[in-house]
Amino acid sequence: MNRIFAPLVALAGMLFASAPFLIAQAPYESTMGLVQKIFYFHVPSWMAMYTAIAVCGVASALYLFRGGKTADAYAVAGAEVAVLFGLMGLVTGPLWGRKAWGVWWQWDVRLTTALLMELIFVSCLLVRKYGGPGSEKLAAATALFGAATAPFVYKSVDIWRTVHPKTSVVPELLKGSMPGSGLPFLVSALAFVLLATVLIMLRVDLAKRQATLDELYLAYEDS
Amino acid sequence: MKNTLWAVICLVLLAGPAFAWQPPAAQGEFVPATPGASTEQLPAAPLVIAAYAFVWVAAMGYVWTIARRLTKVEQDLHALERKSPTKR
Repeated sequence: MNRIFAPLVALAGMLFASAPFLIAQAPYESTMGLVQKIFYFHVPSWMAMYTAIAVCGVASALYLFRGGKTADAYAVAGAEVAVLFGLMGLVTGPLWGRKAWGVWWQWDVRLTTALLMELIFVSCLLVRKYGGPGSEKLAAATALFGAATAPFVYKSVDIWRTVHPKTSVVPELLKGSMPGSGLPFLVSALAFVLLATVLIMLRVDLAKRQATLDELYLAYEDS
Repeated sequence: MKNTLWAVICLVLLAGPAFAWQPPAAQGEFVPATPGASTEQLPAAPLVIAAYAFVWVAAMGYVWTIARRLTKVEQDLHALERKSPTKR
């Protein structure tokens, strides 16, 4: 395991422990009130998912065009962590929307494309698990396709008319549109991105050990 | 006389839908809620708590699955070592 793993875990733990206290101190939004505080976990979960997607996309491209077990390990780790954080976003979003919009779900462009992106990465993992020999390449291609959709999902709220808040909400918040809410958001975002990094490192370690075990089994059977 | 009767019938028939499309009467005054009646439809706190709890449970659950899979791989590695100690 990498030397920076333990310090990263400690830092992520500290940030996660302090985030709820900072979020509790953050001001209420004028129209949504308390339920808007879901924002401090909802948006960082998507940021963590995009971090994992970036790792998965780059590793998948490397594995497709150059091969290599390390690239494959990062690709599967990125896909799995992307699915985890995507699930967090897809669950926390409707909990917020139920109060803010009056409905759990709306088939608008952001929500629908985000769901499809999550399903693409789920399909990538299913292909890997049940696709049989050589499914790693097919899974890498699927993951690359999923990574290519990510920018469209992010910009969809600016291009089409939707009920979802636009991407300008976060930059405006950091500029001071709601004084006192920038620091809680930054701490929470950093905690989520660090957690995603730590989980990817753990999953890469697992994937490498599994690859070693597979090699040993093959060597044992051949002998 | 016959023409006049027809004109009245047509007028009534045409006026029917026009009256049917009228919006409901506008509210002329506000009515106070009955004391003790529920006026707030959906409290926010359970939704916020559910969102935070789900994030924690999902993260911890994933860490648990990785730990379980790591343990399984380690066990398999040791089992293989015992089968063929000279192979590694």
